[in-house]
Amino acid sequence: MSAAVRTIAEFRGLTKTFGPVVAASDLNLSIAEGEFLSFLGPSGCGKTTALRMLAGFEAPTEGEVLLDGEVVNHVEAHNRPVNMVFQHYALFPHLSVFDNIAYGLRQRRPQPDRATVKQKVEKVLEIVRLEGFGPRRIWEMSGGQQQRVALARAIVNEPKILLLDEPMAALDRKLRKEMQIELQTLQRRLGITFVLVTHDQEEALSMSDRICVMNGGRIVQVGTPRELYDNPRTRYVAGFVGTSNFFDAVVAEAGPDHVAARLAGGQHVRGKPGFAVKTGQEVCVSIRPEQIALSREAPDAGMSEPVTILNRIFLGEHTEYLVRSGTLGDILVLVPRQSELNAGTFNVGEEAFVSWDENALLILEQ
Amino acid sequence: MRQLRRNGVLLAPAGIWLLVMLVLPLVVVFIFSFGERGAAGGYVPALTLEQYANLPARWTAFKNTLILAPLGTLAALLIAYPLAYYLAVRCSPKWRTTLLILVIVPFWTSILIRSYAWIFILGGRGIPALLEMVGIDEVRLINTPFAVLVGIVYGYLPLMVFPIFVSLDKLDKRLLEASSDLGSTPLRTFWQVTLPLSVPGVATGCMLVFILLMGEFLIPAILGGGKVFFVGNALVDLFLQSRNWAFGSAVAMTLVFIMLVTVTVYMKFISRLGGQRDDISLM
Repeated sequence: MSAAVRTIAEFRGLTKTFGPVVAASDLNLSIAEGEFLSFLGPSGCGKTTALRMLAGFEAPTEGEVLLDGEVVNHVEAHNRPVNMVFQHYALFPHLSVFDNIAYGLRQRRPQPDRATVKQKVEKVLEIVRLEGFGPRRIWEMSGGQQQRVALARAIVNEPKILLLDEPMAALDRKLRKEMQIELQTLQRRLGITFVLVTHDQEEALSMSDRICVMNGGRIVQVGTPRELYDNPRTRYVAGFVGTSNFFDAVVAEAGPDHVAARLAGGQHVRGKPGFAVKTGQEVCVSIRPEQIALSREAPDAGMSEPVTILNRIFLGEHTEYLVRSGTLGDILVLVPRQSELNAGTFNVGEEAFVSWDENALLILEQ
Repeated sequence: MRQLRRNGVLLAPAGIWLLVMLVLPLVVVFIFSFGERGAAGGYVPALTLEQYANLPARWTAFKNTLILAPLGTLAALLIAYPLAYYLAVRCSPKWRTTLLILVIVPFWTSILIRSYAWIFILGGRGIPALLEMVGIDEVRLINTPFAVLVGIVYGYLPLMVFPIFVSLDKLDKRLLEASSDLGSTPLRTFWQVTLPLSVPGVATGCMLVFILLMGEFLIPAILGGGKVFFVGNALVDLFLQSRNWAFGSAVAMTLVFIMLVTVTVYMKFISRLGGQRDDISLM
């Protein structure tokens, strides 16, 4: 984040406990104005709790929530300049589409006049491509349309932050893809800060400017999708953002850029450290399946291991091999179509060698 | 044709039930209402409007019923709504079942016995005695319209609580969060979201209590002390004491007619209030 970007919201040491359960623990995060930030993690990781504290539905047990530089811990949800798109939309069944969208505007004091409300509602109906649907009843709308109504109902209020709680969870795959693109376009067009909660890594990777990966109530790592993919700090992040092969190892020699580690099988490898490592520390060595090369002959330079092909899955642009090494266990290898056309395919049971560039190896926190 | 015959067969049990239990008795009462009283009571066939011309003689009973039944319904609604709201929205789930059972517990005792209990509470040694201790003398509660009102509200309260509880319990609590998120205060959320969405329960409860109150006779007899009587009491008197079946039938038909009109108007009003949804039903 450059210094010119204004912080719109901030968590400072935010903790939330429900009885003995710690839902969120010591969250520290600042959200920049206009960015698309995603909270990513499995269910129960605290991402929804974080969002609900931002919306004002949950009061933090400890720490502070700041909106626009002011502590809003005790500001109730109805007085916060943020709006939420709920997981199951939570549209008012007794109101028409128009009245649902106008709901927020009509809560303002002084109340805006009819003409203003009408004009604003019609403008957002156009933005979400639902022109003419105003008089419809909610139950007459399809799932995708309801989602747009929910979106319109939130953005009509011009919130400082738009909160989205797994908004695509109820849509089918195709519609979800469409809505992802639409949401992203909308976010750029409106310039509103979007904060999304999702457990779908693909969704987070494709839509967000930054992702905040959470696990067990804590923030594990925050970064752009590319940063998280290329330089995960922990094994958890590497496994959650994309897929990877992991090997247990002990640090033999810790340098600032490169670390030498000894694998469980006794091999020495060198790789980039994802965090500050110490000699003798137990770490995790990670390598992405697409960064492993499969060959019939052992390469002259670099690290290689003899393996047996266990399984082969043809995926079109890639072929996925599961191979077994006597010392490292099972390894997943992704071979691009082109290199397979050059070198030919490997059959199940065949002997081969896996090899990798040492820059591709990451030394991660266990 | 075959389809038609099969439908006929399937509809038969319900059809016969309706015919025997509802239509036939009504037809009998309808025919009786145009007859005359025999010398020793009972019914003598005739075709006269005399009985209907006599209706003003029972005007007080109609007046009491038509005032106290709607009033009782309204009072029951005003008391039941907060109770149902508490049970459905505020109360912790741990206590909810227990409290709900407590609402039904009075039904385990006969309404007759419970009404007698109210005679004591409202009678000379009950509330009036307590009021006397703080210096308010000469308060008469028993055998007044007020006593009857208390009795019917007490007796029918559970019937109002349950439908309202169900509709509030069904209410998606996320809607309340959504309302709050959109800038609505809790009070405005109640008026704009909670109340409109509980209309089906309110409508059902009111209908149930109102219809039953229109035919009530036990509570007015006990707590009204023969001074505050309903159409139901008039019917008991006409059929069992004075054995004037013809006149009794005319009174009964008139009550049925009044109820039909009121309930139809009420349903029209409610369905407009609740939008075009068809989820407003009796149960």
